[in-house]
Amino acid sequence: MKRVALWAPLAIFALLFAVVVSGLIRPAGTTIKSAMVGKPLPRFTLPPIVAGKPGLGSATFAEGQPRLLNVFASWCVPCIAEAPQLMRLKALGVPIDGLAVRDTGPAVAGFLRRNGDPYARIGSDAQSAVQLSLGSSGVPETFVIDGRGIVVKQHIGDIRADDVAGILQAVKDAQ
Amino acid sequence: MIAEAGLAALWFAGALAALQLALATIGIARGREDVTAAVRPVAIVQGLLALLAMVLLIYVFLDSDMSVKLVVENSHSAKPWIYKFAGAWGNHEGSMLLWVTILGLAGGAVAVFERSLPERTLVATLGAQAAIALGFYAFLLFSSNPFARLSPAPADGLGLNPLLQDPGLAFHPPTLYTGYVGLSVAFSFAVGALVTRDVGPAFAKAMRPWVLIAWIFLTLGITAGSYWAYYELGWGGWWFWDPVENASLMPWLAATALLHSVTVLATRDGLRAWTIMLAVVAFSMSMIGTFLVRSGILTSVHAFAVDPERGAFILALLAIYIGGALALFGARIGTVRAGTTFDPVSREGGLVANNLLLSVILGIVLIGTLYPIVAASFGVQLSVGPPFFNKAAGPIALLLVAVMAVGPLLRWRRDDARAVIRRSLAPIIATLLAAIALLFVRPGILPWAGLSLAAGLAVASVAPLWKRNLRRTPLFTYGMVVAHLGIAVSLAGMASDSAFTQETLVAVRTGEPARVGPYSVTLDGISPVIGDNWSALEARLTARRGTSARVMHPQLRFFSNPPTSTNESAILTVLDGQLYTVLGQPDGQGRWQLRLWWKPFVTLIWLGGTMIALGGLLSLVGRMRRERRAAMREYWA
Repeated sequence: MKRVALWAPLAIFALLFAVVVSGLIRPAGTTIKSAMVGKPLPRFTLPPIVAGKPGLGSATFAEGQPRLLNVFASWCVPCIAEAPQLMRLKALGVPIDGLAVRDTGPAVAGFLRRNGDPYARIGSDAQSAVQLSLGSSGVPETFVIDGRGIVVKQHIGDIRADDVAGILQAVKDAQ
Repeated sequence: MIAEAGLAALWFAGALAALQLALATIGIARGREDVTAAVRPVAIVQGLLALLAMVLLIYVFLDSDMSVKLVVENSHSAKPWIYKFAGAWGNHEGSMLLWVTILGLAGGAVAVFERSLPERTLVATLGAQAAIALGFYAFLLFSSNPFARLSPAPADGLGLNPLLQDPGLAFHPPTLYTGYVGLSVAFSFAVGALVTRDVGPAFAKAMRPWVLIAWIFLTLGITAGSYWAYYELGWGGWWFWDPVENASLMPWLAATALLHSVTVLATRDGLRAWTIMLAVVAFSMSMIGTFLVRSGILTSVHAFAVDPERGAFILALLAIYIGGALALFGARIGTVRAGTTFDPVSREGGLVANNLLLSVILGIVLIGTLYPIVAASFGVQLSVGPPFFNKAAGPIALLLVAVMAVGPLLRWRRDDARAVIRRSLAPIIATLLAAIALLFVRPGILPWAGLSLAAGLAVASVAPLWKRNLRRTPLFTYGMVVAHLGIAVSLAGMASDSAFTQETLVAVRTGEPARVGPYSVTLDGISPVIGDNWSALEARLTARRGTSARVMHPQLRFFSNPPTSTNESAILTVLDGQLYTVLGQPDGQGRWQLRLWWKPFVTLIWLGGTMIALGGLLSLVGRMRRERRAAMREYWA
């Protein structure tokens, strides 16, 4: 028994080694998995920011139809880059709502005039409170929400041309 | 040309390490003294060649030789010379070369200075040292060549991370590495002793100074690193429990335990197997730390760039060295005669308790550091932070402090429990008085226990000097007193910082005062400043307290190569604490963000750390003087 105990340190080290090797051979994680996926949207009601377009409440996302929630701002350059893709999604029949972060009415109106307006509703999130509660750390980000108010996908960064198919698929799957 | 010479020196050093290992192995296996006689000189030359490679790398950095890839990636011609110099090890390849250089030099130092170890064990030790060096030379030469050229050479380099552009870089890594890698000597000693089955007091006495030297440097390195992070990062914290810090703490914990158990082996011929084990564990922790930091396996949790090839290489080395040493331990230690035994209530018993508690803390830190990797292999991403470490390790550390207070008051071999309590009366009273006094200021539970125990430990650590002839007390006893007192001082600083720190974040206009602790801080103005390779916005703050007014200059610094900005904090040190100020961003309406901390007695943390290292130094000098005197007596007898 005593002699067996002498090999215990080696056994412990071997175990440690196995763990570390498994950590090393696993491919490094380069995608950030959203903690929001599978969870319901937080409750919020936001006032409108541009004339003629209603504000945004979380209840909208529980009306039965999957929708996109796009977090954007007029002061954000990548948001300009993704605008054509949002217009494409809108043309494909996907309803999109906007969350304008730390923005003003005239600035957003100008942004929509220049880059197109894909949004059904836009809520003004003046202090980023809703953005933070969504677990979004920057602009732009896009959430796919099924018809029951559950987040099914979080896309971080601007939507590029080759992201559109994935987002469309997520919307279809949610139906 | 210089870079090629450096590479050649590295190859030669590697070849000599191979030769050293071969000579030692053949010499010991065949019992040929003519073969083993060559081992010492080879070890010395090997160390010097590694040093030459390091010096040449520093030369190409100072020279800003932009045809060397490493210089291009980590330096810039406009950098002040001190950062070109220290920048040589402010990167992966250079720091690994520094690592190997210290490893080679440590082996060389053993070859030159070690006279008390039996020749056979010494040769086995140098053989083990060469085996370690060989692996790391291979690592450098095959996967991390610091002298690789870049063609065509660019006009200038990419610059050094501005956070590293601080005098701390010149001091902290070499000190810490000397400590880390110095532990390789203890490791090699243990392997050597296992090979020759020669474990006893003489072996322990020979090993002790080497462990002490490594431990002193490790202590200094950690203390310096902690202060550097504290003032450079601008977060006001001095320890973050991040994996890189833990990588330096773990060898320190093991080395501290080793330092105490080696004393039991040297004085009482007890704890043989345990001491050998600790010597193996201490350097293993250094290597694991190096692996964790260098492979990027821990940062991979945060999806940063990783280099799995290098990680795999170091991991293979780890498996060979640690696995090999532990296998040797399992096979051989059973044949080492058991040492003497002792009573539970005795100095030895106290030291065993110290060792066990240190090992538990080491285990907690190791588990906390590796847990994210374990969790990741089950598909869970998480990180382990201060709440875990503080809650898990804190209470055990405090228990250790209590044991540490009583330990030096115990007699060797056997002691009477009631007499021990009588001797501990003064520290117990000091602890209780402090605890009661602190009830009025109501710190949290851990800081409260920490401050009370610090008071008790302070009294207990000077108790061994009580009623003794101070001039005849040996220097190493003073060493123990100073080191233990240093722990009390450091603990008081930590507890005080976590209990009484006041922090405020304000946006102020010029002339508007902000209050923090006993200070009223006014922003007098902001002006631009130009440095060697940076420009800055510098605030002029006036900190008033009572009648005194002091001016402070925190900066928001902008570097152009690479383009980054840093917060250079301004710290006002006074007797009862530090005022820590950081300049933040302007809000565009004439107001500036200021982050202010009042940290009572925080400086004690690093003062204590320095005292601990000083205690080690006193102990080292004291032991060496005694050995020399004993040798002289023998000579004249």
